[in-house]
Amino acid sequence: MAIKRKTLTRHGREGFKNIRRNGWMSFASMSAVAIMLFVVGAFAFLIVNTNHLIDTIENDVEIRAFFEHDADASEQESVLEEVESHDSVENVVYRDRDEGLDVFMESMGSDGEVFENLREENPLNDALIIQATDPQMTAAVAEEVNAQSAIESVEYGESILGQLFTVTNYVRILGGALVIGLIFTSVFLISNTIKLTILSRKDEIQIMKLVGATNSFVRFPFFIEGALIGLIGAIIPIAGLTVGYSYLYSFMYDQVPFFTFVEPNPMIWQISGLLLLVSILVGIFGSQMSVRKFLKV
Amino acid sequence: MITMKRVRKTYPNGVQALNGMNIHIDKGEFVYVVGPSGAGKTTFIKLMIRELKPSEGLIQINGNNLGDLSDKQIPYLRRKIGVVFQDFKLFTKLSVYENIAFALEVIEEEPEQIKTKVMDVLDIVGLKSKARFNTSELSGGEKQRIAIARAIVNQPAILIADEPTGNLDPETAWSIMGTLEEINNRGTTIVMATHNSHIVNTLKKRVIAIENGKVVRDEVGGSYGYQA
Repeated sequence: MAIKRKTLTRHGREGFKNIRRNGWMSFASMSAVAIMLFVVGAFAFLIVNTNHLIDTIENDVEIRAFFEHDADASEQESVLEEVESHDSVENVVYRDRDEGLDVFMESMGSDGEVFENLREENPLNDALIIQATDPQMTAAVAEEVNAQSAIESVEYGESILGQLFTVTNYVRILGGALVIGLIFTSVFLISNTIKLTILSRKDEIQIMKLVGATNSFVRFPFFIEGALIGLIGAIIPIAGLTVGYSYLYSFMYDQVPFFTFVEPNPMIWQISGLLLLVSILVGIFGSQMSVRKFLKV
Repeated sequence: MITMKRVRKTYPNGVQALNGMNIHIDKGEFVYVVGPSGAGKTTFIKLMIRELKPSEGLIQINGNNLGDLSDKQIPYLRRKIGVVFQDFKLFTKLSVYENIAFALEVIEEEPEQIKTKVMDVLDIVGLKSKARFNTSELSGGEKQRIAIARAIVNQPAILIADEPTGNLDPETAWSIMGTLEEINNRGTTIVMATHNSHIVNTLKKRVIAIENGKVVRDEVGGSYGYQA
């Protein structure tokens, strides 16, 4: 049976009024929502940034493939073409021995100039600097490049790479597990708090039923109330996290130049939207589950 | 109007509250239901508003067999029966007006109609001036009047009252009886469970006495018949 519009208006109004009528209980529910969302939200920011850090580290992984000294331009060209067309290769840069020396000298700072006289008899090799599409594919790509006859050797920090990926994979799995666990815990805690507020209104529901209210008539205002508790409870943590993160981001940007946080926009809106949605849904879920128990009168 | 035939009610814990109850009440009657505590009066009332289902037997109200009602139909039955309880069962956080209006909101009455009907019924119970009061500010007698007002605002054919004077001092109890009698005079059938011997013996009506889950006495103009 379709609900009449005035009844819908009535339910909405009652939902709002109930928040005020049950002042302290509503406050308690909203506080529980706010605290849990704050923890979940802060953790979400932490995880996103940890992933960002891991990505940054992993993306620094590159393969340096050195050509044989006697490899001529056409041999080098054909290797470069082959590497460029490889599915797992993101980016290739050709660096001849002159550039190699420049980079080397620059890395030595002011002492580097003494190596300038090596330029005539440059002992360095022409090289390819390769980045794999997926950093975890680095070793496989390096193997393939090394198999080319014009390549003398490849370097990609193989000794620490294996360990790095082990660590980063663990961190990712652990982070994911923690987020899921935290969300479950907060859903449980929030819906439980809302349950308590409705538990105290058992008599009220009983009277409604005795006066001839249908189940949906009893439920609807609680639906609105649950959604409102979720909504209002989410506002403070979302505002706090947004302001806090933006501040932290600019602070890090100024103070720690070698590592930047994930840009607030649009990440902050995505996480806020998600928190808000979860919060409202949990509010509704908690209220409906607890009302259901008392409807059998 | 109200018919019970061979009604039995056994609770899950094995207690047999009603044991073959037969009753017939006609439209417009005023009936006292009396009997010692635990005789089955409350079970009798709960069966009429389908708070409970009978274990056996037939209950008809306005020609509807309550045994045939689905859970979804129960609210519609209750809208035709006003109920007044000893403990009033008012919404404690709502105003007098809101308490009565609730019964009309349930049947999706038009807002203007709600206002008129609530004020009319408050006039009947003599509490028009307290419409905006919170129910917690009212005396026991006033609370019971509001409960009665809520029970009759939908103009039900039947008003069931479970110990409506149980929590009230004698003077207030009598004024409540006056209100109930006035409602009865307007054509509403009233079934009132009571322990108040003075009222039953003074304001003579049909008396149905229940003992051990059965009707043991049924006489028009009868007396209370138990030690007060």
